[in-house]
Amino acid sequence: MADVNITIDGKKVAAPAGTLLIEACKNVGIEVPSFCYYPNLSLQGACRMCLVKVEKMPKLQTACTTVISEGMIVTTNSDEIHQARKSMVELLLGNHPLDCPVCDAGGECELQDMAFSYGAAESKYMEPKNHKEEQQWSPVVYFDRPRCILCYRCVRVCGEGMDVWALGVQNRGVSSIIAPNREDHLQCEECGMCIDICPVGALTSGAYRYKTRPWEMKHVGTTCTHCADGCKTTLAVRRADTGMEIVRGDNRDKSGINGDFLCIKGRYAFDFAHHAERLAQPLIRKEGRLTPSTWEEAFELIGRRFTEIRDRDGGQAIGVVGSNRTTNEESYLLQKFSRLVLQTHNIDHHRTADFPAFAAALSGKPDSTASMRDVFNAPAILLIGSDPTEQHPLLAWQIRNNVRLHRARLYVFNSQAIKLRRQATAFMQISAGMEGKLAAFLSGEESSVEALVSQAISRDAWIALRDKLRSEQGLVIIFGSELRGSDISSLVKFGSGIKEAKFVCLGDYSNSRGAADMGLYPDLLPGYHRVTDAGKFHDHWVAMPQAAGLTLPAMVDSATAGKLKGWYVVGANPIGRLAIDPFAFSRSFVVAQDMFLTETAVIADVVLPAANAYEKSGTFTNTCGDLQLVKKAGELTGTKSDFEIIVRIADAMGYDIGKLVPFGRGITADMGQSRGAQSGEADRHAVWLEAHGLEPKMSPFDPMAILDEIQRLVLGYEVSRMDLLAGNDQHTTLSGGGGGALHDPNLIVPAHDDLFSSGTLGRYSRILNSVIENRHKQPEETEVAAD
Amino acid sequence: MKFSDQFEQRFAEMLTHYPTKRSVLVPTLLFVQDEVGYLSDEVIEEIAQRLDLTELEVRNVISYYSMLTTRPRGKYNVQVCTNIACLLRGGEELLEHCETKLGIGHKGTTADGLFSLEEVECIGACSWAPAAQVNYDFHENLTVHKMDKVLDEYKKRATQ
Ligand code: SF4
Ligand code: SF4
Ligand code: SF4
Ligand code: FES
Ligand code: FES
Repeated sequence: MADVNITIDGKKVAAPAGTLLIEACKNVGIEVPSFCYYPNLSLQGACRMCLVKVEKMPKLQTACTTVISEGMIVTTNSDEIHQARKSMVELLLGNHPLDCPVCDAGGECELQDMAFSYGAAESKYMEPKNHKEEQQWSPVVYFDRPRCILCYRCVRVCGEGMDVWALGVQNRGVSSIIAPNREDHLQCEECGMCIDICPVGALTSGAYRYKTRPWEMKHVGTTCTHCADGCKTTLAVRRADTGMEIVRGDNRDKSGINGDFLCIKGRYAFDFAHHAERLAQPLIRKEGRLTPSTWEEAFELIGRRFTEIRDRDGGQAIGVVGSNRTTNEESYLLQKFSRLVLQTHNIDHHRTADFPAFAAALSGKPDSTASMRDVFNAPAILLIGSDPTEQHPLLAWQIRNNVRLHRARLYVFNSQAIKLRRQATAFMQISAGMEGKLAAFLSGEESSVEALVSQAISRDAWIALRDKLRSEQGLVIIFGSELRGSDISSLVKFGSGIKEAKFVCLGDYSNSRGAADMGLYPDLLPGYHRVTDAGKFHDHWVAMPQAAGLTLPAMVDSATAGKLKGWYVVGANPIGRLAIDPFAFSRSFVVAQDMFLTETAVIADVVLPAANAYEKSGTFTNTCGDLQLVKKAGELTGTKSDFEIIVRIADAMGYDIGKLVPFGRGITADMGQSRGAQSGEADRHAVWLEAHGLEPKMSPFDPMAILDEIQRLVLGYEVSRMDLLAGNDQHTTLSGGGGGALHDPNLIVPAHDDLFSSGTLGRYSRILNSVIENRHKQPEETEVAAD
Repeated sequence: MKFSDQFEQRFAEMLTHYPTKRSVLVPTLLFVQDEVGYLSDEVIEEIAQRLDLTELEVRNVISYYSMLTTRPRGKYNVQVCTNIACLLRGGEELLEHCETKLGIGHKGTTADGLFSLEEVECIGACSWAPAAQVNYDFHENLTVHKMDKVLDEYKKRATQ
C-alpha cells in the first residue's frame, strides 16, 4: 500500500496506509502509553491512556484506534495530554489496592510505570475500595480482582489468539469483572497467555507467585525442551544451594519464532529440573544394588568394560541409544563416538517421524522446507494428520493466527475432528489409516480416491478439492507421522506441481529433527548420508566399520540372543517409552545416562546423572528445521552434560580426544595449504575455521567445537554463525544432503503426547501433573464456539 | 429444552433478520425470560447451543442488562423509577412505600411469589413522573394512594 505522510511531534513520518497511529508513533521511537492496546489483537479502546492531540479534531483522540491519514498533524506530549493521562491513571487507581510490595508484577508492572510517570500524589476519590480475596481458577491461573484494570487483553488473547474463549466480562461499567468459564474456575488449555499479557498483577501464575522479585533473577534466553516446535523461552534463574534454580519461564523476548506464544510446557514445566528424585551422583551396581560412587570410578569402569567388549566381541556387540532431547552437538558427538570409538553402527533412537524418507523425497529440491515463520505467513496451508493443538501448540498458534490475521486458506485432512478444523476453509474427515491413500490421490493416482469417498465427501468433491489445492501458490504442506516412507514421496510429488510449495514433517520431541539430522541411525550418518555410501565421511572417518548397524528392535533381538553385550543409553528410556522387554538388557553391561532413575536406568549397571537442556549449551533443530541456540540457565551440582560425559568415556577408553572433538591448537601441521586434499582431518578443520573467521576452541568440552564440525560437514547447516549466536533462528535445509533412506514404517513410534504430557520429562513435572489431576476431577470439556 | 410454538416461530423468524446468529441473542433472551420467568442454567445452555456461543458469553450478556435475570422473580415485577424527574416528584417515597407494603427490598420477592420489587433508572415516562412499571405495563402520575390501588389490582388479578 502507498505510504501516508503525517507529522508526529514535528517529525515527518511516512507509514503504510491503514497503520494505527500508536504503531506509527512507535515506529519512530515515540512511546504512547497504552494498556488495552495490544498488537495483533482486536482494538478495544477501553483505557484511554493513549490520548493524543490530532489537529483539526475537536477532542483528544485514542491513538490505538485512530488510523493515520494524509497530512495528519499529531502531538503526543503537551500539558493537556499529560493532564488527561494523569486523570486516567487516577481513575484506574481509584479502586486499585496499590499493594505493589506484595504483588508479583511489582517491578515489571505497566500500571506501576504509568503511575510513576503520570500518577498524582493525591487522589480525589474518597470511596472505599472494593475488596475481593484472590481466587484460584486452576493450578496455573490465579486472579486478584482488585488489581484488574479492565483492559480486556486476557479475554482477547484467550479467545482470538488461543481460540479457547475461557475468559469473559461480567456486569458493566465500574462493576465489570473478568470471569472464568466455569463460574469459579477455568477449564482451558492452561497456556498462561492471559497471565503473560496482563499489564498488572491481576492474573498471576501458580508456578511463580510469591517466589521472588523480578530484579533478583537473571534471565537467560534459550529454547524450550518439550515439543518439537522449538519456542524461544526466557528462563529466570536464582542462586540456590545446589547451583542455579530456574524460578520462572516466560517469553519476555518476543523476537523468537513463537512471537507472543508459549504453551503450558514451555512456560511452566521447567520444574522437572529440581524434582526431588533428580540424580546428582553416579551410581554403580555393586552386589546387585545401585550404589553411589564417584565420576572417576564410573568412567574407569565404563572405559574398561566397553574396551573389553569391543576388543573381544567386536563393535557389533555394543548397542547405542541416543536421545530426542540432547543437543545437536551431543547427538553428533554420540554417533561419532559410536562409529569411531566403539566401532559400531548399532545406534538408533526413538523415532517419531520418518525424516529419512522426507530427506530422500526432497533430495535435489532446494528450499522446499518451510520454517515456523513461514507457517505464519503462508497464503495457504495444507495439514494432513496430527493434532497440532495438542501435539504442536506453537504450530497450531501460527496456523490459527495466520488464518485470523492474514486470512490464509487452511485445508485440514484428518481422521479426527481436530480443533483446527474451526479455522479451516475446508475440513475433510477421512478414515484412520487412509492418509497414505490421500497422499497417493493428491499425487495423481486416481484409483486411490475410492478409499476416500464417503457419504459426506463424494468423488467429485475430492477432485474439485485437489484442483483447488493445485491452484494454490506458496502452499505450506504439513504432515504428521501418519505419513511415512513412500507416502511421503507421493506427497512431495504432489507438492512439486505447486508453485513454491514447502513442507513440514512433524516429529514429536524438542530435538527429534536434530537427532535425525545428526545421524542417530544405524545406516545413516549426519545429513542422511548412507553408511554404505558415505562420501566425504569415509575420507574423514577412515576407521569406521563398513556395513550398516542394527536398528533398535534388531539390537534388542541381538541382546536377547546373547550377542549384544554392551548398551549405552543416553537420555532415552526405551523400556518405559517403547515397551521394550527389560530382559533384553539383563545379560549385558548397561550404561544409562539420565536425569532420573527411569525404567531403563533402574536396571543399568552404571547410571550417570546428566544435565538437561536447560543446564547446558548447544543447538536444537525444531521440526521445521529451524536451528536455534540452547543456553545454560539452571545448574545442578553433581551432574554433567551428556557432551562432557561422552568425551570422558572416550578418554577413559584411551581414544585421542583431539580426533573426536576438534579442539585446541597444535593439532595442525601447516594449516593444510601445502598438502591440499591429502591433508588430514585436523588440517581441513583448521582451514575451514580460518576461512570462516573462527578460532579453534580451547576445551574438549566445548560443544561449539562440534558445531564447527557440523557446519563444515552437514549439508544444510551452513547458516550464519553470527545470527545464530545472536539468538536468531536460522533455517536449515534438507535438500542437497545425503540420499536419505526408506525404512520400515513400523520403526516409527509416535509419542502421543498432548498439551499436558511430555514423555518421561512430563512425569517429573509437578505443574503438569497437577493440571492433569485437576482435569480428571472435572467432567470432559465440550468444545466452545468461536466468535 | 422445550419452548412454546409461538416462541419457536418467533425465534426462527428472527434468525433471518441478521447476518450472524449471535445477533438474535438479546431479543431471544428477553422472549425466553417472558416465557420461563427467568434465565435458568438450562435455558442458558440451550440458547448458547442454538447460537453457537459459549455459556460464558451468554452469561456475560445477561449480566450486562439489568432487565435480564438468572434468578426467579415474582409474577409481577414492580419497577419503581427513582431517576431525576421521578425523584423530584416523590419517586423515593413511592419506593419506600412499596418496600414497607410488600415487605421486601430492592430485587426482593414476596414469599407468595406474587411480587418482586426493583428500583430502576429512568423508564422514559418523565412527563408523567413519578412512574412505575409492572412487567410491561406503565403506571403514571403516581401517589402512595394510587400505588396501593395498583398493587391491589394485581393481587386481585392473580387470585381470579
Ligand atoms: S491459561 Fe490460556 S487458555 Fe487458560 S484462560 Fe488463560 S489464556 Fe485462556
Ligand atoms: S486481568 Fe489483567 S489482562 Fe485481564 S482485564 Fe484485568 S488487567 Fe487486563
Ligand atoms: S509449543 Fe512446544 S516448544 Fe513451544 S512452549 Fe510448548 S512445548 Fe515448548
Ligand atoms: S490503549 Fe488506546 S484506549 Fe487503551
Ligand atoms: S426519571 Fe422516572 S421515568 Fe424518567
